[in-house]
Amino acid sequence: MRPGRVVGAALLAVLALGPVLPMGGMRQYVLHVLIQIFVWSFIGGAWSLMGRFGLVSLGHGAFLGLGAYTVTLLWNAYGLTPWLGGVVAAALTSVLALVVAYPCSRFQVVGHYFALVTLAVGEVVRLLIIAERNWTGGSLGLSLRASPHDSVLAMQFADKRVFYYASLVLWLAGLWIWYRVDRSMARAAMEAIGEDETAAASVGIHVTRFKMGITMLSASLTAVGGVAYAQYITYVNPDTLAGIGVSLRIVFAVVLGGMYSLLGPTVGTALTIALGEYLRVVFGLRLIGMAETIYGLLLILFIIFLPAGIYGSLRDVVAGLARPARLASGLR
Amino acid sequence: MIDPIFLLEAAVNGILLSGVLALLALGLNLIFGVVDIVWIAYVDLVMVCMYLVYFLVMIYGWPLWLAGLASVALGALLGLGVHLLIITPILGSAPVNQLLATGGLLFFLQSFATFLWTTDHRTVRLALPILEVGGMFLSFVRLIAFAISLLAMIGLWVFLRRTYIGTAIRAVSQDREAMALMGADPQRVYLVTSAVGGAMAGVAGALLIIQYSVHPFFGAAFGPLTFMICVLGGLGNMVGAFVASVVMSEIISIGGVVISTEMGYVIAFVVFIVMMFVRPGGLLVRRG
Repeated sequence: MRPGRVVGAALLAVLALGPVLPMGGMRQYVLHVLIQIFVWSFIGGAWSLMGRFGLVSLGHGAFLGLGAYTVTLLWNAYGLTPWLGGVVAAALTSVLALVVAYPCSRFQVVGHYFALVTLAVGEVVRLLIIAERNWTGGSLGLSLRASPHDSVLAMQFADKRVFYYASLVLWLAGLWIWYRVDRSMARAAMEAIGEDETAAASVGIHVTRFKMGITMLSASLTAVGGVAYAQYITYVNPDTLAGIGVSLRIVFAVVLGGMYSLLGPTVGTALTIALGEYLRVVFGLRLIGMAETIYGLLLILFIIFLPAGIYGSLRDVVAGLARPARLASGLR
Repeated sequence: MIDPIFLLEAAVNGILLSGVLALLALGLNLIFGVVDIVWIAYVDLVMVCMYLVYFLVMIYGWPLWLAGLASVALGALLGLGVHLLIITPILGSAPVNQLLATGGLLFFLQSFATFLWTTDHRTVRLALPILEVGGMFLSFVRLIAFAISLLAMIGLWVFLRRTYIGTAIRAVSQDREAMALMGADPQRVYLVTSAVGGAMAGVAGALLIIQYSVHPFFGAAFGPLTFMICVLGGLGNMVGAFVASVVMSEIISIGGVVISTEMGYVIAFVVFIVMMFVRPGGLLVRRG
């Protein structure tokens, strides 16, 4: 076993035992932060499926919001179980992704322009939620109708530990999908498309099909993340789940971690959430806005000084340290 | 049924709003065209300038025109600062990093403004009359703002057409690679562009504070709209920017009266998305 695998297995064991480790009065809080990290890492991983191939979307808030609201509205109005609602949400989001991405691919809307079109889509979803305030609750948001008791069907549980394990499994599933895509033909094809679309098409790569496939996968996974978030928090709000703000936060976390590696999105998300929580605890209700100010400042500094992301840069450093050592041993 | 006079009033107000929006879109357009980076935080610079005018006029009792000039100067300084501190180190980075760096600036400016000035809405009240024209009520303030926007745009046009550095800026936005070949100093062109773009934000800030109240999230309200007008207008196309601005403001203004404010924006954004597909305005041709 390589040392990386040992560390990974040990980390997984600690995470699996998470809820039973002695943490005193901090347990609920630590579990809460970890659940958030799992869910947002999953969403970040979904975004990076597109982002790493040059499809930089600033509109993933649209997919997140559509997913979360679909499930919440279906449950509140018709009592449809989130399991089915989630399927509907993922399907709807895929359709939305297709409606946006197909013309983008067809009319060669790429780079900054793709980012701006997706940004507009995110804003459209946010504004529609606010405009349809009669049944979406507008900017006040919407609470999930509480189930009278713990219910698998309603996906509602009083105990945080259930959500902890559920989000852990979700996160691992996200990593598995990312890994599968990374090892598939689609990755080679998408990389070729990202380099030069015309050249890719000329060697027989179905450019549109691969782009659409990756986009729909990314969008529907993001919707699933939105469902998970809504079920855990039991409250949805257009400003936290759709629009430019949340879209930027997802991208930040991923780029911060490094979008070309399996664990990059997780590292970035964990760091941004931990940082946000730390600043919130430090400043509390004093100096309102200071925590976010420092957050923004650090983001700029990270982007300037660690362009490959934290995980990516760290890996480069470790590789740099390992190489001379191996050379030395080879000489002996 | 809505009284046609309301629709007419909304249409006129739309045109009046379009002046400032066109100005903003042009400033952003200039930077995007020359430096090839979208400043996500551009309208947040406007927000900072609005606060400056507010404090100078309401607290320190400066006359409005002087505060306006200060706002232009601050805008230019902010533009220089953003370019030197944030853009210069990442000129060679991946596009997503460039977007995010100015996105970080957006978070920073929004929350620092919240920290310094709280989320109160502030506005500069002007004791100017409301004009009544044929049953429509038109704000005199908006008329003035529109006129000054037009003047500023003409000023920008003269600068870009009649001065040496302006010509250099236009040349760069047409062909970036040729700049170094022609022996032009890229950093100098970038700095002037950023300062002029920032100054446009300053002018817009001074014109917006007399019509709207300022708060830390002002940029979030006007930002996406500005990007869209900027792109719709076409790079380096001043007439295009103005036409795009009129179309978008009319949709928002009339849509706001007929349906609701949010739906006005929704329609405008959908129009933007569709226009990007059917009429990319030659932008995408240039990018190949």
